[in-house]
Amino acid sequence: MKFGVVVSEGPYTHQAADTAYHFVVAALAAGHEVPRVFFYHDGVNVGTRLSVPPQDERNIQEQWSALAREHGIDLVICIAAAQRRGMLDEKEAERQGKDADNIAEGFRISGLGQLIEMGIQTDRLVMFGD
Amino acid sequence: MSTLHTVNKSPFATGSLRSCLAHARSGDAVLMIEDGVYGATAGTGLSDEIAAAARGGGIGIYVLGPDMAARGLDAGRVLDGVITVDYAGFVDLAAKHDRAVAWL
Amino acid sequence: MSDDVKKFLYLNRKAPYGTIYALEALEVVLIGAAFDQDVSLAFLDDGVFQLTRGQDTKEIGVKNFSPTFRALGDYEVTRLYVERESLEERGLSPDDLQEIMYEDEDDDWAEKPSIRIVSRAEMADIIAAQDVVLSF
Repeated sequence: MKFGVVVSEGPYTHQAADTAYHFVVAALAAGHEVPRVFFYHDGVNVGTRLSVPPQDERNIQEQWSALAREHGIDLVICIAAAQRRGMLDEKEAERQGKDADNIAEGFRISGLGQLIEMGIQTDRLVMFGD
Repeated sequence: MSTLHTVNKSPFATGSLRSCLAHARSGDAVLMIEDGVYGATAGTGLSDEIAAAARGGGIGIYVLGPDMAARGLDAGRVLDGVITVDYAGFVDLAAKHDRAVAWL
Repeated sequence: MSDDVKKFLYLNRKAPYGTIYALEALEVVLIGAAFDQDVSLAFLDDGVFQLTRGQDTKEIGVKNFSPTFRALGDYEVTRLYVERESLEERGLSPDDLQEIMYEDEDDDWAEKPSIRIVSRAEMADIIAAQDVVLSF
């Protein structure tokens, strides 16, 4: 079965990104497919490569990037939500005249249409948020 | 056709669990996760209401074990009739029901 | 219904302005309208506050997005289900809500109200009839 997953809260403040991660790991282990995870609202902040959590804590961004690398999951950050919150890829930083970009490996910025498309193309959509 | 409902808020903080139970239909499942797991404990002011929904409404009530353990709630504190699942059980519930509704 | 059309429900349970969820939900609805799916919106619990008349955000410095609901008909989003019990619990009646109309192309473009007041039991049935439920 194909699962689409939405993460709509930021890392560390809220458990949503952690619960979603454990859900996806378990779904893959059970033989299901998770073609895409969509990050919305403050969830877009999961995709920053500039976070430096303490050594003895999990690194939420790295967990997701590793999962995407191993299983080919498309990690999509909503562009409208990302721009409000200072999440930019290289192309968008240049277009907006900003001096830095911050998107982590495995994540990409795209439109809300990717969320709807995920709802159409998967068998179940599971949301994690506040 | 049935629904998996997830509730991630303590019932002592918000009305999400109560609203979820009021919209769940016979054959549905309600899974308490994150702070929602406090709703699965026995001996609270809401225990009777939740237990009644579990018994009478034909609704399966589940709680996510890892979130119980994280909060120091041992299995002995779980309401009668509430089934504890792990993340694999969460996935099975999502697969078994036709849609998932998050009561955020 | 053809295989590639799914029933999408946007489940709105939060009040506007205190958090961004209501506004960003509306942004999804507007983008999602281009995908030719079967779309409905549900307003229950504090979500009913999103539709009240007379919202004026000038003094809080935040964009007032409530007029956008009146434009949904142009996007062929014409079903806004509002739960009666949620209104009553909050001291509201349907008259406290904005008038939101759409033109029915199957009825000689007659103007009809998009807001449909439903009972809690009917709302449960509406949720149970969906393929995809997006919660905000």
